[in-house]
Amino acid sequence: MRQKDILGLYGLEAGEIEEILSLGLTMKGLLKEGKKTLPDLAGKSVTTLFYENSTRTRCSFELAAKYLGAHVVNLSVATSSVQKGETLIDTGKTLDAMRCDVIVIRHPVGGAPKLLADTVRAHVINAGDGMNEHPSQALLDMLTMKEHLGTIKGRKVAILGDIRHSRVAKSNLYGLKKLGAEVTMYAPKTLMPVGLDQMGAKICSSREEAVEGADVVMGLRIQLERQKAGNFPSLGEYAKYYGVNEEVMKYAKPGALVMHPGPVNRGVELTSSLIDGDSSKIEDQVLSGVAVRMAMLKLLTEGDCQ
Amino acid sequence: MILRAANVVLKDGVKKCDIRIADGRIAEISPAGKGKGSAESVLECQNLTVFPGLIDMHVHLREPGFEKKETIETGAMSAVKGGFTQVCCMPNTKPVIDNKIVVSYIKAREKEVNLCKIHPIGAITEGQKGENLAAIGGMKAAGAVAISEDGKTVVNTKLMANAMLYAADFGLKCLCHCEDASLVDGGVVHEGYYSTLTGLKGSVRAAEDIVIARELCLAESLGVPVHICHVSTYSGVQLIREAKARGVQVTAETCPHYFTLTDEIIKDFDTNTKVNPPIREERDRLAIIEGLKDGTLDCIVTDHAPHHADDKNVEYNFAAFGISGLETSFALSYTQLVKGGALTLEALAQKMSAAPAQILNLEGGEIKVGAPADLAIVDLNEEWVIDPNEFASKGKNTPFAGRKVYGKVKYTLVNGEIKYQN
Repeated sequence: MRQKDILGLYGLEAGEIEEILSLGLTMKGLLKEGKKTLPDLAGKSVTTLFYENSTRTRCSFELAAKYLGAHVVNLSVATSSVQKGETLIDTGKTLDAMRCDVIVIRHPVGGAPKLLADTVRAHVINAGDGMNEHPSQALLDMLTMKEHLGTIKGRKVAILGDIRHSRVAKSNLYGLKKLGAEVTMYAPKTLMPVGLDQMGAKICSSREEAVEGADVVMGLRIQLERQKAGNFPSLGEYAKYYGVNEEVMKYAKPGALVMHPGPVNRGVELTSSLIDGDSSKIEDQVLSGVAVRMAMLKLLTEGDCQ
Repeated sequence: MILRAANVVLKDGVKKCDIRIADGRIAEISPAGKGKGSAESVLECQNLTVFPGLIDMHVHLREPGFEKKETIETGAMSAVKGGFTQVCCMPNTKPVIDNKIVVSYIKAREKEVNLCKIHPIGAITEGQKGENLAAIGGMKAAGAVAISEDGKTVVNTKLMANAMLYAADFGLKCLCHCEDASLVDGGVVHEGYYSTLTGLKGSVRAAEDIVIARELCLAESLGVPVHICHVSTYSGVQLIREAKARGVQVTAETCPHYFTLTDEIIKDFDTNTKVNPPIREERDRLAIIEGLKDGTLDCIVTDHAPHHADDKNVEYNFAAFGISGLETSFALSYTQLVKGGALTLEALAQKMSAAPAQILNLEGGEIKVGAPADLAIVDLNEEWVIDPNEFASKGKNTPFAGRKVYGKVKYTLVNGEIKYQN
C-alpha cells in the first residue's frame, strides 16, 4: 500500500480498498480457525489515542494489533481536557519521539487525524473523526457484505438513521460507490445533511423507497442527545416513523442483510426481532472489524524499514 | 513636497496630476508638470497611482490584552503597509473598550506609535455582556467613533433598540455583527456540500440573515441609522437592498474574502480559512460583488483578525476565527473587483476610503485641496505573491498565501508624512 496513513475512504482508490478487503477476508478466515498469533507486526508498536469514548473500536484495534504481535499502548484523553491540555501536534511529536509506528486516533473534530498525520512520521489510522470519516467501520461493513454477497458491485445498500452526524454513513458511501454499489439513504430532515446526493447517494423520501430492492439494510445509531437537541420528539416516535421493522423489510430483497455499526438501541433503529433474526450480520460485523483492522495495520506497515 | 505626474484617483475620475502637500494637507492639485516647487522635495510618481488614504472601519488590533496576537504598533505598521491611513479598532480587547479610559489609552498609543490614525469603536454593552449599556457618551467624548458588540449580537432586542436610539443622540452608529447564536449552534463553517464533506459543523445563511433583518426592522421602526458588518450571504445582500429601497438608513460592509473565496477552500481543514461569518458559496460571492457594484454594500473592510500561530495550529473546531487582512485587502480588492471588471478605480476608492469616512463622519476619504494629505501610492501593474512571512502584522493567518495579485503599495502618507515606503 502506497499510503502513509488511512484517514478516510474519500482518499483511497478502489484498488486499495479491494486490497484491504481481500487481506481482511484472509485474516477473518484465520481468526475463525483460531489463529491469533501472527508475526506481521512483531517488534512494532501501536498506540491508540482516543479523545472520545469508545469500547468496541478501541478494543477491536487493540486485539487486531496484538494478534499481529505488536506492542500496544492505549492513551485516553477526556474530551473535556482536549483544549486545556497538550496540543494534538505536541502529543503526536511525543509519540513520534517514542518511536511509535502506528497511531490509531479517534477525535471529536473532523480533520484532526489529518492534522496529526501531517505532523508525525508514524502511520496514522483514523478511528473516527467528528462527522467526517470512520474508515475502518466502513471497511468492516464492506468486508461483511463481500463475504455474504460475494460481490459489492451492483449491490444496493440502504442506510437509515442519523445520517447527519454519522461518519459511518459517509465512509460507507465513499467506499461503496468506489466499488460500484448503489447507496440509498433515509433520515428525518433534521438528521439529513445537504450535499450527499452530490456525493452519489440517492436521498429517499420514505423508508420504503430507501429499502426497495436492497441487498443490505443498515441502521445507524440514534443518540439520545439528538432527541434532547430537538431533532425529533422522542425515541418512540423515531422508531414508529423512521425505524426499520419487519414491514419495512418486506420491501428489501428476500434475505437482505441487516447490519448496524453498534451499539444498537433495540426497538429504535431496528426491531429486536430483526437484530436477532437470521439475516442479521451485526455480530459477524464485529469479527470482520478485527480482521479488517489487522489487514489495515499489516498493509500500512509492511513496507517499513526494520 | 510634490507628488509629480501621478495618476490621481479623484472623485470624478483618474487624472494625471501633480499634488503639492504643505503643512500636512493637500495644497494644490495641478495638471502634471505644472506643480511648482523647485526647493521642495519631489516624489516622482510617473507610473504610480495615488488613492485617497484607505480607511478600514473594522479591524482588531488586540491591544490591550492580547499583545501576543498583535499590538497597536504592529497593527498600525500592517495598516500603513496595506495603504491604510485610518483604521477603526473593535472593542473585543481585554479589558473591553467599554469606557472612556480604554478609549483614551488607545488614543494615547495612537500618538506614541504615530503611524496611522486610529479610531476606537466602543462596545454596546458593558464587557460585551449584553446586559447594561456601556458608557457611550463618555466613550464618544474620549474619541470613539461608533459602537459595536463586535463578534456578538446583542441578543436582547429591546436593549439593542435602546442602544441604537441612545447612540444616535451622540451621533454614533451601531455597527452590527449579525449572528443568531442558537441557530449557529457551534457551527464553524458554512453549511453546505463542503461542511458535509469535511464533517465540520455548518452554519446556515439564516443565522446571519435573521439578525440582519432584525437590525433593519429596528432601524426602520425607530428611524435611526444602522450599519451591518461583514455581509457574507446573498440573501443578506438582498435584505439590505430592499431596505435601502424603502429608505431605511442602512449602510453595510463586506470583506475581500467574501468576494474572493468560496467554501471549497475548507476541504483540506486549513484553519486559516476559519472566519466568522464563514466563507460561503459561489452564489453568495457573486451577490456580494453585485452588491458592491449597485451600492447595496457601501464599503470594503478587512475584519483584520490577527492570531498567533498557536491559535490556528490546532484542530479546526478549536482554532480561532479570523483572517489577518490589512496587507492583502487592497491587492485582493483591486485584482478581484477592478481587474475583474466590477468596479472602476474611483468606485474602489469610494468603497475603501470615501464611504467609511462618510459612514463614521471621519475627516478624509477624498483627494481634494484642503484635505489631510492621507494618501496611498500604489503600483497597479506590479504582480506579487502573497507571503504571510512578509506581513508586518504579527498575525500571519491568511488563506491567501501563495496567491498572485496585482497592486503593490509603494508609499503611504499620513498628514503628508511618508509612514511607509517600499
